[in-house]
Amino acid sequence: MAKQLIELIVNGDRYEVAVEPGASLAEVLREELYLTGTKVGCNQGDCGACTVLVDGRSVSSCLTLAVEAHQREVTTIEGLAPSGETLHPLQEAFIEKGAVQCGFCSAGMILAAKALLDRNPAPSPEEIRHGLSGNLCRCTGYVKIVEAIQAASLKLAAGKEAR
Amino acid sequence: MPTPRFTFHQPQNLEQALDLVGMYRTNGKILAGGTDLVPKLRAGLMDVHHVVSLNRVPGLNRITFHEDDGLVIGAGARLADVALNPEVMKHYPGLAHACSVMATTQIRNMGTVAGNIVNSAPSADTAAPLLAYKAAVILVERGGRRHVPLTEFFSGPGLNVMEPMEIMEAIRVPSPPRRSGSAYLRLSARSKVDIAAVGVAGFLALDMDGVIIEARLALAAVAPTPLRCPEAEAMLAGQKPDPQLLTRAAAACVRACRPIDDVRATAAYRRKMVQVLAGRVIEQCYQTAERGDA
Repeated sequence: MAKQLIELIVNGDRYEVAVEPGASLAEVLREELYLTGTKVGCNQGDCGACTVLVDGRSVSSCLTLAVEAHQREVTTIEGLAPSGETLHPLQEAFIEKGAVQCGFCSAGMILAAKALLDRNPAPSPEEIRHGLSGNLCRCTGYVKIVEAIQAASLKLAAGKEAR
Repeated sequence: MPTPRFTFHQPQNLEQALDLVGMYRTNGKILAGGTDLVPKLRAGLMDVHHVVSLNRVPGLNRITFHEDDGLVIGAGARLADVALNPEVMKHYPGLAHACSVMATTQIRNMGTVAGNIVNSAPSADTAAPLLAYKAAVILVERGGRRHVPLTEFFSGPGLNVMEPMEIMEAIRVPSPPRRSGSAYLRLSARSKVDIAAVGVAGFLALDMDGVIIEARLALAAVAPTPLRCPEAEAMLAGQKPDPQLLTRAAAACVRACRPIDDVRATAAYRRKMVQVLAGRVIEQCYQTAERGDA
């Protein structure tokens, strides 16, 4: 049961990695590519901390076998602010609204929110709650998270109009 | 967590997939969405040496609808895609609802309807509406293909009639007649994430006078398998619903179920909720059917 060579496109960068067929995408991102922004909470698909985007859709990276992500486009939290200087409007809004408490759920929350806003740029608070139903925050800071996502959606909409 | 060890196969077409599944039928598993299989594999709960992924087989994720042939849901079609498919939303609202409320956004983006059926959990959310819509599954093996009505598919908790060398290729659902209505209602302690504690699906077809021509009711999470309720269906056929009939038909649904006590609900609560939800489902189906030609 040899390792399998796969190609991952993570945040626009191509990586060739040899992985065990049983390795999860979350493990490979964190332990092979050292992209530790992706967190692993429950490791069984309930908590949403490991959420990443694969071909633009939010998935649990702990339930995704890395071999299945071969040649797919993966976006992790590191990909939202590639330069490390300018933050994504969602990240800015999370800071401004105080939506980060312990921070463990934040990467997954922000990527779930990005998938939501990509599909529905102006969600109602109800739609935001529905969109985040797969992400748990044990600090229970949901109110601020919903506010931050609303603020980010307004900011993104304003940015589009300005252009 | 130790990494589970198995050989991973990514066939590029259905023939290759069938060869692999035939070759490894004793110690292989088929992977579609992976949301049920991967956690079990990773927990070391299964003695699996080969995993055959269907995700590189072209065409398996199709969702097609024709007035004459009805709906075809390919084995690779994701729950989220079925939930948001305009034809599914219009003609099969009970199924669209099931696919949009079960599990979480992430799981719905990964998991498949076929996987939900093959997994054969008593609480499978898509099973009740698919039973009510009279769905059949298409099972293929090397050199053969068979249609199995969903009513004959489940054989116990986590069990079904599939042979080890078979792959579920698609699910077929007949086209609903013009004056018909359908619905699915489910209850769980948490509104999201959690598995259904009770699920009730219904389908009613009416004649021009509003008399029920055909009724189908199906239950999930209240018996060893999802199941239909023939006694209640027979009571409704040929009738116009009134409050007494609704109560009696719902009571017949309660008689069809064999619930257990578990962490999600007690058997007694499940029986009560079948009574309540079945009444509501029948009413909702009737109202949509009366509104006309949807």
